[in-house]
This record gives sequence, structure tokens and C-alpha cells, in this order.
Amino acid sequence: MPEKTMRDAINEALHQAMEQDESVFVIGEDVAGCSGSAGDVGAVGGVFGVTAGIYHRWPDRCIDTPISESAIVGAAAGAALVGMRPVAEIMFADFIGVCMDQIVNQMAKFRYMFGGKSRCPAVIRFASGGGFSAAGQHSQAMYQVMTSFPGLKVVVPSNAYDAKGLMLSAIQDDDPVLFFEPKILYQETADVPDEMYTIPFGEANFVREGDDVTVVAFGQMVPKAAAVIDALAEEGISCDLIDPRTTSPLDENAILESVEATGRLVVVDEAPPRCGLTADIAGLAADKAFSSLKAPIKQVSAPHSPTPFSPELEAAYLPDADKITAAIKATLA
Amino acid sequence: MSIAKETLLHAYRTMKTIREFEERVNAEIMNGQIPGFTHLYTGQEANAVGVCAHLDESDTIISTHRGHGHCIAKGADVSGMMKELFGSSEGLCKGKGGSMHVADIDKGILGANGIVAGGPPISVGSALAAKIRKNGKVAVSFSGDGSVNQGTCFEAMNMAVVLQAPAVFVIENNYYSEHTHISYAVGCNDLKARTEAFGFPVFVADGADFFAVYEAAGKAIAHARAGNGPAGVFAEQGRYHGHFVGDPQAYRAEGELEGLRENHCPLKNFRARMAETGELSDAELDAIDAEVMAEIEQSVTDAKAAARPTAEQVTEDVYIQYTATA
Repeated sequence: MPEKTMRDAINEALHQAMEQDESVFVIGEDVAGCSGSAGDVGAVGGVFGVTAGIYHRWPDRCIDTPISESAIVGAAAGAALVGMRPVAEIMFADFIGVCMDQIVNQMAKFRYMFGGKSRCPAVIRFASGGGFSAAGQHSQAMYQVMTSFPGLKVVVPSNAYDAKGLMLSAIQDDDPVLFFEPKILYQETADVPDEMYTIPFGEANFVREGDDVTVVAFGQMVPKAAAVIDALAEEGISCDLIDPRTTSPLDENAILESVEATGRLVVVDEAPPRCGLTADIAGLAADKAFSSLKAPIKQVSAPHSPTPFSPELEAAYLPDADKITAAIKATLA
Repeated sequence: MSIAKETLLHAYRTMKTIREFEERVNAEIMNGQIPGFTHLYTGQEANAVGVCAHLDESDTIISTHRGHGHCIAKGADVSGMMKELFGSSEGLCKGKGGSMHVADIDKGILGANGIVAGGPPISVGSALAAKIRKNGKVAVSFSGDGSVNQGTCFEAMNMAVVLQAPAVFVIENNYYSEHTHISYAVGCNDLKARTEAFGFPVFVADGADFFAVYEAAGKAIAHARAGNGPAGVFAEQGRYHGHFVGDPQAYRAEGELEGLRENHCPLKNFRARMAETGELSDAELDAIDAEVMAEIEQSVTDAKAAARPTAEQVTEDVYIQYTATA
């Protein structure tokens, strides 16, 4: 099976979806790039290169926009309401701050407020998360915030294989999907089939299987946790590693069944701790699997602080192997 | 400008339906029969009807918090709307939306909208879909004089020009954004010029005059439909009620409301015009009045008798069932 980067895997999914269904189009800032210039229109393909090549094949369905995030999300929502399948790019997930209303009050609410009579098959893509010294406005995960809104589906792939299958599911979905691409993983490779395939939402992936501790991790924390778990295996500690892949819907059963078997739970996410996914999963386990627990649940997250700029500070800020290791060992102490 | 008799009959019936729907809703709210926040369109009927007279079912509109008139003008079922306002599970949106979220996608009604200027960006999306599909459809967004100070409105207008999308921005100036006068809230003296500076033509009409709105909207919609990009309609006409039902309207000048009802009534103006031209007789118009009154009465009777939603319906149509709280 060919190895591909996460960027190329998502790009391939977009190409294949556009090839198959002409109601699919991409829209956003510089998704083609260079529009209106004397230069090479289409040469950019998104600032992270995820939409590269699409303009050259489908110029009418690769739409550069002004820097107007509300209008981009609104345009995707409106086009989806009348039957198109837009894939909009909002570049950095942090920019949700400038289009929150269109996501949260508009597209998320249509189907419910309209009595189930509408569909809004729009995908909004974001480059998410830290690790680039991009500081406070270009580093946030944001998916944990959006998970709290009913009416949105929220996807966080942790590898290239999942990213392709989840993107194809997202485009086929009849409801709004927010697709958070951990940007630190764009260059990471995995075996990715050339053909189209989908990965269903709400179905967690057991990245590792073990008996002692359940570890649940999201996005870029999945490969970090996997490396920790592989090292601990040498010490005789075996862990389940669960990657939910979608935070809404959430595969609650996979998590609860694992916790019931191991009796120990560590939840790892890169976002700050308050009202986030680590607390959410911990609450779920405390509510539904309390009698199985042999130790307090451990949460590993960033501190309650904006993302700092300096590389030393950001390294101290993001969960790392030491923190994940310490949390797993704490449940076994 | 000659307008077919069928169009005139339909226009009058629709304006009268909006008027009586709103007045009855006002009364039912005062009686404590309709819950929530409700914003009435009374007085502005000609705007919705003059614009929607140029649209067919597959053109789209998106509306505002003051949306009943737009939805009726675009063909929403009056009985279903009344049931929705009463909160019945038989309502147009199963009682999930209420006054501020009446929608009927099959009729091209992308919803009333509780967020000021929430609609224009979505309408640009519908217009963009029409452009990609090359199907000659247009997308109309109604919004008020309050919306023109929202960034989303500016973003939508600029993007519609950039994408050359067949979007029509209908700005209804009823002079007050909530309780604040346009002379205070809009920081320039020429809103038409400010809007046209985005790069599309704006056609202005007296919103008390169906024929003026019909003509202005006809030009704007024809412009967009022909593939020339977006266009705008500005219609000026005060509302007869407050921002919401129950608003004490401390902002009104003495005699302002009486003057509006007396001298700026689209229904009276329509009838006066018909009396002048003889295109429709008093008898024809009186018959419509009687039919509309009966229809509204029946809609209220039906709404009061309609099924109430049950607790199990709370999480229907959420499409993700989270069981941790179950």
C-alpha cells in the first residue's frame, strides 16, 4: 500500500469526491490562490497545500474568497441548504472566533429548528493545534469547544489513513461536519489506499490493545501516547489506546467497555483543561463505570493558559511523553 | 407598468393575509396564548410581497427575526405557521423553531433568522449554488436597517460581488434598529451610496407602495438573474408595532404611529390605486378580505387544537444521540 502524508491523503479524498459528485466544491481563502493576480492562479492550493491541484481540474468548483470567514461559512451553509456539498476551508481553527455565529447559531441549528426538514451537508476544514510556535491566535485545538454544540459533527483525525476515510465520510454526510486537521501531522505518513473508502463516525480506533490502563487520546496526542505506551510495554505495562476519531458523535461504548476491563483511565488532549474533552471523558467514566475504577482518573492536558510563543514555553505547555507516562503510572501506583 | 390581474389579486390577498396574521398574533400574545419573543411585520407588507412576486418556488429567500411576512409572501402554509408560533408539534418546524425560525426549504424559504444579519452570508451561498449550477435562480436576503451595520452584511455584499453571485440584498429600513434610530446608528448620510460602493446597483422604493417595491425589486432581480452579479433594494417604511410585542416604544414621536397607520398603509394605498385604475373592484377586494379573515380565524382555531410536543421529541433531529445524560 502506498505511503502518503496526511496532507496528500486529504487532498486525494477531495479530488475523488469532486470527481464522483459535481455538487462538491471547495471554497475559502487561497484554496486556489493568486486569483486576480498576474501570477499563476491555482498555484497555492491552500496555505497548507491541502487543496493543491483542485483549481486546475475544476476551476468553477475551487473558489477563492476574500478574507471573510463569516461569509465563507455562510456561503457553505447556504449552498448546502439548497443541495450542494461544499468543503470550506477556514485555515487556522482559531479563526472560528470570527465566524462563530455562522457555525454555531446558523448551520448547527437549521435541521433542528426547521423541524428536521432541512439538510446542511457542509464540511468546514480547519488546521488545528499547537507545535509550531505559532502563539496564541494560531495554535488552538478548538475542537473541544465545538464538541459542546449539538448539531455539529466534529472530526479529529490522528493519521493519514483515517484522515482520508473520515474526509470522504464527512463529504457524504448530510449534516454539518467540522473537520479539524492537526497541522503538526500534515507531513506524517501512513499507508493509504488509492481507492475511495470511508470510516464511519462514532467508531473509535483501538490503536493499541492492553489490559492494565485505558488511554484515550485525541488528534496529535494519539501518536505521542502510542510512543509512550510502546515504551511502557517494555516495563510490562500494557494499555488500551483509544482514538475516538470523532468527538461528536463519540464512541462512548468503546471507552466504557475498555474502562470496565482495565479499571484505569487516562485521557490526553492538547487543549486546556476546563470544560474540555479530558473532563468530558472523565465525567462519562465516573458516571457510567465508577464501580469498575481501581484508581482515580487522570487527565493530561495543556495548562489553563493561552498557547505561548517561545519554543521552550510551548514544549512545556503541550502534553509530552513524560506527562503521559507519569499519568499512566499514577493510575497504577 | 402593467401587472396581470392574477398578480394583483395574489398581491393584495398576500398583503392582507400578512396584516391579519400579524394583528391576530399580536392579540393572541396579549392573551398569553403564544410563548416567546415575537416581532411583527405589520405595515411593511408591500416589501415582502413586492419582492416575492418576482420569485418562483426554487428561488430562495432568507429572512429575519421579523420574518412572518416574508415567509407568507414566499408561500409558507399559514396554518402551519400559526401552529408553529403556538409551539405545536404540528407546526411547520414541529415546534422546534417558533416565530424567529419559521422555514420551509421546499418552498425556498431558508428560514427566518434570530441573528441580525445572520442571513446575508447564507443567501450568498444559495446564490453561489445557483451560479455553479447555472440554473438562473436568485437568492434574496431580507434584512433591516440594523443589519447594515453588521460585519456579516459587509462580508456578504463584498463576496457576492467578488463571486458575481445572483444575490439580491433587500434592505428594509423601518427606521429603528430595535429602539435606536437610523440617524444615530448609521454613520453616514447616504446609505444607498455606501451600499452601492460595494459595487452593485441599489433600487430605492417607498415601502408603503406595493407598485414601487414591485418595480424596484423587478429591476434588482432581473439584474441578478441575468448574471450581472448582485443587486440591492432599499425600501423605506415604518413598522406599526414595537421592536417586539410588548415594546413600550419610548422612541416614538407624538403621533408617529397614528401617522404611519393613517398615511403610510400599503393596503390602503393598494386599494386607492385600484379605485383609480379600475383594475380590481371594491367587491373583489372585499371578498378577499372576508376569505382572509376566515382563513386566519381557522388557523388560530386549528393551532389551539393542534397536538402538543412531548418530552421524547426534545432530542429528535439532533442527529447525534448522546446517552451519557440519558
